[in-house]
Amino acid sequence: MDYLDQLEAEAIYILREVAGQFDRPALLFSGGKDSICLVHLALKAFRPGKFPFPLVHVDTGHNFQEVLDYRDQLASEIGEQLIVRKVEDTITIRNLQDGKGKFPSRNGLQTYTLLDVISEFEFDACIGGARRDEEKARAKERIFSVRDEFGQWDPKKQRPEIWDIYNGKVDKGENVRVFPISNWTELDVWNYIKRENIVLPSIYFTHKRDCIVTENGQLMNINEFVQLEESDTIVNRNVRYRTVGDMTCTAAVESEAYTVDDIISEIKDTKISERGATRMDDRVSEAAMEDRKKGGYF
Amino acid sequence: MKLLRFFTAGNVDDGKSTLIGRLLYDSKSISTDIIETLTKQSKSTGVDTDIDLALLTDGLRAEREQGITIDVAYKYFTTDKRKFIIADTPGHAQYTRNMFTGASNTDLAIILIDARNGITEQTKRHSIITGTLAIPHILICVNKMDLVDFDENVFENIKAEYLKFAEPLGLKKVSFIPVSALAGDNVVNKSEKLEWYKGTTLFDFLENVEIEHEETTKKSRFQVQYVIRPQTDELHDYRGYAGSVLSGSFEKGDKIFIYPLDSQTTIEKIEKNGIEVTEAHAGEPIIIHLSDDLDVSRGSTMVQINDSIQNDNNLEATICWMDNKSFQEGQKLIFQQNSFTSKAVIKEVIGKINIHSYLNEESDGHIQLNELCKVHIKTAENVSYDSYKTNRKTGAFILINENTNNTVAAGVII
Repeated sequence: MDYLDQLEAEAIYILREVAGQFDRPALLFSGGKDSICLVHLALKAFRPGKFPFPLVHVDTGHNFQEVLDYRDQLASEIGEQLIVRKVEDTITIRNLQDGKGKFPSRNGLQTYTLLDVISEFEFDACIGGARRDEEKARAKERIFSVRDEFGQWDPKKQRPEIWDIYNGKVDKGENVRVFPISNWTELDVWNYIKRENIVLPSIYFTHKRDCIVTENGQLMNINEFVQLEESDTIVNRNVRYRTVGDMTCTAAVESEAYTVDDIISEIKDTKISERGATRMDDRVSEAAMEDRKKGGYF
Repeated sequence: MKLLRFFTAGNVDDGKSTLIGRLLYDSKSISTDIIETLTKQSKSTGVDTDIDLALLTDGLRAEREQGITIDVAYKYFTTDKRKFIIADTPGHAQYTRNMFTGASNTDLAIILIDARNGITEQTKRHSIITGTLAIPHILICVNKMDLVDFDENVFENIKAEYLKFAEPLGLKKVSFIPVSALAGDNVVNKSEKLEWYKGTTLFDFLENVEIEHEETTKKSRFQVQYVIRPQTDELHDYRGYAGSVLSGSFEKGDKIFIYPLDSQTTIEKIEKNGIEVTEAHAGEPIIIHLSDDLDVSRGSTMVQINDSIQNDNNLEATICWMDNKSFQEGQKLIFQQNSFTSKAVIKEVIGKINIHSYLNEESDGHIQLNELCKVHIKTAENVSYDSYKTNRKTGAFILINENTNNTVAAGVII
């Protein structure tokens, strides 16, 4: 078997284990390339049957419109249930403080919405598209990652995970986060997208966009949430997105990649990591991701 | 392109994380922003070199603070020839269960030995686990050769001592390479200081070591993970058994036997990725349709009629205990083999394996964290299995504490 076949087989096996072991699983869908691959893998795992889980999107309100349109179109094309819960509503109901500053972030706030939707539907497993090569705390996480009733990850109490035998047993109120593409790298994902002819939201490919340049030299999209300052200079560049997150914390990268092939050769040549190039949220501290996961983040 | 999964093990401070860091760094698999972050951090850890490569894999705050590896870190790199998945496993004896986790489904074990210290208790422990898990290849990297003046005798003595120790373990293929991970000698680049050594560098070894796909040649085994029943108007009678071929292969029309039903039937159809195929091989996720309407459910095992499998509820196995709480007599357990589960108890602790001598010792009936024991297990339902030595897929299991839901042991059937 080719390595992509092996990665695909591993992911399908894990998805079917979720279907076999849990009563109320869900697939966390962000509209990014990784969760789009998960949907594609779920089609392979369960068709001609229906998915044994709904797609769940935590909408921060800071999403790119192209991604939201893509999400709705995909859900209707494949005829699967889509549950959307908005961070906006959580802020109102829980009387929370919205993100402030030049790039107001809802990164911490989306964890509330996620935990609320988990308890609303009593999900006992949440499938996510996180990969171990993204970040060094993620590199430590199991494929079946048990969370307590507060959604917290305890890296010191991880269950042993031996061979391909996955222990998904949890008590009521607890849940398991499941990461079927843990062992895929960014390049593997793109090679798979190419091989399987998977359609992606347009912002992954190069386009002209008005941006401001941050102190770190990152290119941030101008939108209604970003507070422009007088000193900001607006540039119009050919850019694309390497990761799709919130408009307020995801930077664009300069690119001339029009096709999946262009992107693959661009990634092979690049010297900067995926999250390093695009995410402002990981730059806060050395252990930013570990701390967010301990708090219930996916 | 082929995939090679390997793990690294060794004593604390033998330089495992540094070796992986060196491998990634010298093969240019680390991004510049990550090198920048590391350079900043390295200044605060006080390591003498420009960049502390161990920081690459120690991803948890506690690990960076204590300067040790607590849990497995997975790292990935690709060369022109292969894709690699590395499991960097902890050296401390107390984290042996995490080492087991990282090692279990790899093709190759890399065990580091500090040239100054030679073989230690941890070398033995890791080698015994490697043997128990039947990892196809084992590579001994004698590290820190720079600290013994690159002396050939030191290397040869360790090699001879190791081979003597390893003889009873039944390790399949053993190789040796002298390296200095810190300075990079023989990791990616051949070292001039080790000119007496005529073998390959670690990097060349990894690119060229043979990857065995032994599962493909074994007896046919398939286990049901999930039953697909769309129950729509147009697919009213559709009933497909989804799962992966564990070993061997299956063909449309094969006469098969199903456990625990004890029934015989025929494969009517095989689907792969939504397309009908005539045959399926080890590792492939498929959907099987049967010609008879039988009560087949998750955990059922299918085998070709001539590929007999053991089927009973009395197993002898070697287990590694992984729970902080030691084993209690009569403890209620769940036995899980892939997708099959059954209630189980450990009837008898037959013996303990001494980690220094690999000798069996008499047991006092107790099993503590990280101990390897031979046990007699009784399950409530019949299990379909092979011995682990003949089939890694059907001979492996875990034990779950019914009360806490924790995985308390990993076992291989004898």
